[in-house]
Amino acid sequence: MSDVRSGYYYTKEHEWVTVEENIVTLGITDYAQQSLGDIVFVELPQIDQEVSKDESFGVVESVKAVSDLYCPVSGKVVEVNETLVNSPEIVNTAPFEEGWILKLEVNMSSTELEEMLEEELMDFEAYKNFLEEEE
Amino acid sequence: MTYIPHSEKNISEMLEVIGVKSISKLFSQVPEEFHKDGKLKLPAKLAPFELERLIDSISKENKLPSRGKNFLGAGLYNHWVPSVVDEITSRQEYYTAYTPYQPEISQGTLTTIFEYQTMMARLTGLPISNASLYDGATGVAEAAMLSVRSSRKNSVLVSKTVHPEYRKVLKTYMQHLNVKVIEFAYNNIGEIDTIDLEKKIDEHKDDLASVIVGSPNFFGIIEDIANIKSMIKNPQVLLIASLSEPMSLALVNPPGKCGADIVVGEALSFGNYINFGGPTLGFITVKENLLRNLPGRVCGETVDKDGRRAFVFTLSTREQHIRREKATSNICSNQNLLAMRATIYLSYMGEKGLKNTAIICNERASYAKKKFEAQKNISLKFSAPFFNEFVIEVPDSKAFLEALQKKGIQGGLDLHRFYPELKNNILVSYTELNSIEDIDLYFNSIS
Repeated sequence: MSDVRSGYYYTKEHEWVTVEENIVTLGITDYAQQSLGDIVFVELPQIDQEVSKDESFGVVESVKAVSDLYCPVSGKVVEVNETLVNSPEIVNTAPFEEGWILKLEVNMSSTELEEMLEEELMDFEAYKNFLEEEE
Repeated sequence: MTYIPHSEKNISEMLEVIGVKSISKLFSQVPEEFHKDGKLKLPAKLAPFELERLIDSISKENKLPSRGKNFLGAGLYNHWVPSVVDEITSRQEYYTAYTPYQPEISQGTLTTIFEYQTMMARLTGLPISNASLYDGATGVAEAAMLSVRSSRKNSVLVSKTVHPEYRKVLKTYMQHLNVKVIEFAYNNIGEIDTIDLEKKIDEHKDDLASVIVGSPNFFGIIEDIANIKSMIKNPQVLLIASLSEPMSLALVNPPGKCGADIVVGEALSFGNYINFGGPTLGFITVKENLLRNLPGRVCGETVDKDGRRAFVFTLSTREQHIRREKATSNICSNQNLLAMRATIYLSYMGEKGLKNTAIICNERASYAKKKFEAQKNISLKFSAPFFNEFVIEVPDSKAFLEALQKKGIQGGLDLHRFYPELKNNILVSYTELNSIEDIDLYFNSIS
């Protein structure tokens, strides 16, 4: 059984996002890391790179697969998790905390952003149900 | 290869198993108008010795590139192939064009691929090589696609002195990827025109993925890679050095040591025959940061469960058979038989042997250059340093080459075919197989 936490928004591609002001933090879920297996590489975007909604901005590579990373919002990359360059396995051990992947600056007010995410993504309960269906 | 025909009994047994009445029923999906009734129009059967005689007489019509009298280079170079290359590659454990589908069971094949990669990396001066590509032309296209993937930009600049056929293939690949291919000029000594390059780098700076040059270029000239690198100010723009005469790598400072991010091209010169123009052997080597964008297969070293050294295919998760349409490249195989020949050749020649061969190639070309300079109506087109081929200008290229052809000499490539502005210019090439006597014969035939 995979770990699902409240306080996060979830995508159908098994990414999570959190919001602080107009900064969105993104990572992959515990379910995603379990399905991928041992992660050996995370391809990170460049700082200042513009990322478009629902477009692939990088990949996560495990010993058995390479998966695209998608972002549910458009924005500019302001920070990437540099620790993952040398220790990508952190995504396996702490997908919701130290294993975060990037931070985006979004051109919206935090209320607009929260409204959009609430409408388009899943919350804790919805994602739990979604996983049950998947499993 | 053994040919085992099916007997009538085999055929009826097989049809029974799959529940089809006759061979023609097997093809019922094909519209009837396309079915062919009756026998194929073939000549009457021959006894084995009659057939041999017939094939022998047909084969006499082939114009084989004679060992010493071939001065055609222009991408494929006639080098000596030690007999050990044929001997080892013809072993049945090795003789296949394919990388094995169950790769780890074929440790012998994987070992040679690993050795091939190691040697190509050392020769080109870059740390990472793949297991080989189809040929030099598709190699350049793969390198361009790699630069587009890694930079997310959509323009590539390519020198007009990159092999004309490589550029043609490059354009074919790029046209459906919406990647712009922009050519830049060469100067009056046969090197790239730095002013034109500088201008075009500036014009396309917002969308530039890579700059592709040749060294030795199509005119045989060694380019100043370090200088070209310094002209590309943006580190995201990759410098791709292409070449079709890898023998040069034994003598000149390899492009990878001078700042090229990718070295790509043709490695047929190592232990392979020119045949009638193919198959040939593509290679690509890259800097470490481009590893995950490298097309094709990569063989890696590991240890087995008992701690013994072993080899595996690595990074397969990015290949087509696993990642489907999102694979780094459509190339899902390599040119293994030819790469194996290159491995055996390079092991046999060693550093010293390869260097000596490269020196001989360069010396023979220099010998011929002096002789051309002494000719009245012939001049050297370009003055920049060359490896083993160069361009001459003659009064009438057609008559010149025809006169040589009559003596059984392939006297060079008329450049007019690829460069309309280079009328009566001929590219001539030299390897260790062109002896001093052969070169003297060439000059006796033109005077």
